[in-house]
Amino acid sequence: MEWLTKFFESYPVFLKGMLLTFELTAVGIFFGIFVGLLFAFLKISKVRVLEWIADAYIFLVRGTPLIVQIFVFYYGLTSLNMSAFLAASLGLAFHNGAYIAEIFRGTIQSIDPGQMEAGRSLGMSVKLTYRRIILPQAMRRAMPPLGNQFIIALKDSSLAAFIGMYELFNVATTFGSNTFDYMTYLLIVAVYYLILVFLFSVLTRKVENRLAVSE
Amino acid sequence: MIKVEKLNKSFGDLHVLFDIDLTVNEREVVCLIGASGSGKSTLLRCLNFLEVKDSGTITIDGEQIEPDTHDLNQVRTRVGMVFQHFHLFPHMTVMENIIEAPIHVKKIPREQALREAKELLAKVGLSDKENVYPAKLSGGQKQRVAIARALAMKPEVMLFDEPTSALDPELVGEVLATMKKLALEGMTMVVVTHEMGFAREVADSVIYMHDGRIVEVGPPEKLFGNPSEQRTKEFLDSIL
Repeated sequence: MEWLTKFFESYPVFLKGMLLTFELTAVGIFFGIFVGLLFAFLKISKVRVLEWIADAYIFLVRGTPLIVQIFVFYYGLTSLNMSAFLAASLGLAFHNGAYIAEIFRGTIQSIDPGQMEAGRSLGMSVKLTYRRIILPQAMRRAMPPLGNQFIIALKDSSLAAFIGMYELFNVATTFGSNTFDYMTYLLIVAVYYLILVFLFSVLTRKVENRLAVSE
Repeated sequence: MIKVEKLNKSFGDLHVLFDIDLTVNEREVVCLIGASGSGKSTLLRCLNFLEVKDSGTITIDGEQIEPDTHDLNQVRTRVGMVFQHFHLFPHMTVMENIIEAPIHVKKIPREQALREAKELLAKVGLSDKENVYPAKLSGGQKQRVAIARALAMKPEVMLFDEPTSALDPELVGEVLATMKKLALEGMTMVVVTHEMGFAREVADSVIYMHDGRIVEVGPPEKLFGNPSEQRTKEFLDSIL
């Protein structure tokens, strides 16, 4: 009962934290998709230098902890007078971009080469065939792993607490240290994360179903 | 219409076409026959530059086409192609499949593209399938849509790469009937096929290929009835 009381007492602050968590994730994913698409195309470009750049990027991101990346962005960007929000969301985009690139590369390459040939045989350019024929199909196949990646990004956004973002996790630990009752507030914040993740999975499933007409 | 001279093509160390000479006249139907691996599909794919030749010349409608000097996308709008495995676009309806290239490549107004697509669908007997996705069609229906899709670009020549080889036997007839109709309308066609009945009935000229070379060319009565080459005879004996 005491937990419920504290839940309802604290919700205005948590809702603000939830909004920030959502914003960090949304901006991170939005740019992450562009970064991912760019590096996916570098990897399938068959141009050795471009492939090498993409490999180096993926190697860097996978080989270092996200917290290190966020701090590098934080100290790098704030020295250029950019906000901590920008540092955190760009850090998330940089990080997720690598995983999203691998998702897109996989689904683009999974499309039957006959689709490219059919497009070409009708006089479509490679670029037009990618845009009109290959990518729409690859996007649909990318939705399940992409949804998964979005959920990981959502939870990873909690690391922004360490550069002073007052998002969900930071709200919880602040309440905890003020009241010496960490456990209660950690269990409260877990509920907020569960709600967010639930909403995300419903959303991605909706998109998936909308794209599912063909297969 | 199409003139090929001294065409050579290799994939790495594998030489698949040797000094191919081929002439296809306007309104003519030419069938390419031969065992798998004989190079007939590769030859067909060289004709619309899905494969780029190593040497030799390809002349289409009096114009010698070279990859360095010609916009191959533009050339391909003049040479339609139908594939063994259809390759319809699965995320688009039948209608969208057909109007895709006319609208986005030829920049034809949507209304006009839709009107022409309807005529083509009527021609291949699939007017009722306009808004259906390819996944809901039988193999024979898919191939007829693929034919309509290629025709929508108003090509001067149509290439068919084993158009009935992936079909259940009972569906072969409807596709061959569509092709025959096309031939009777005077479409210039090059057809790689194992359907000897079709070749005999529709072709003006039949070409037998073996190991990357043209062994024999002739009218179907001659080539099927009284082949002059021993290898042609052996091939025909093995399949008939």
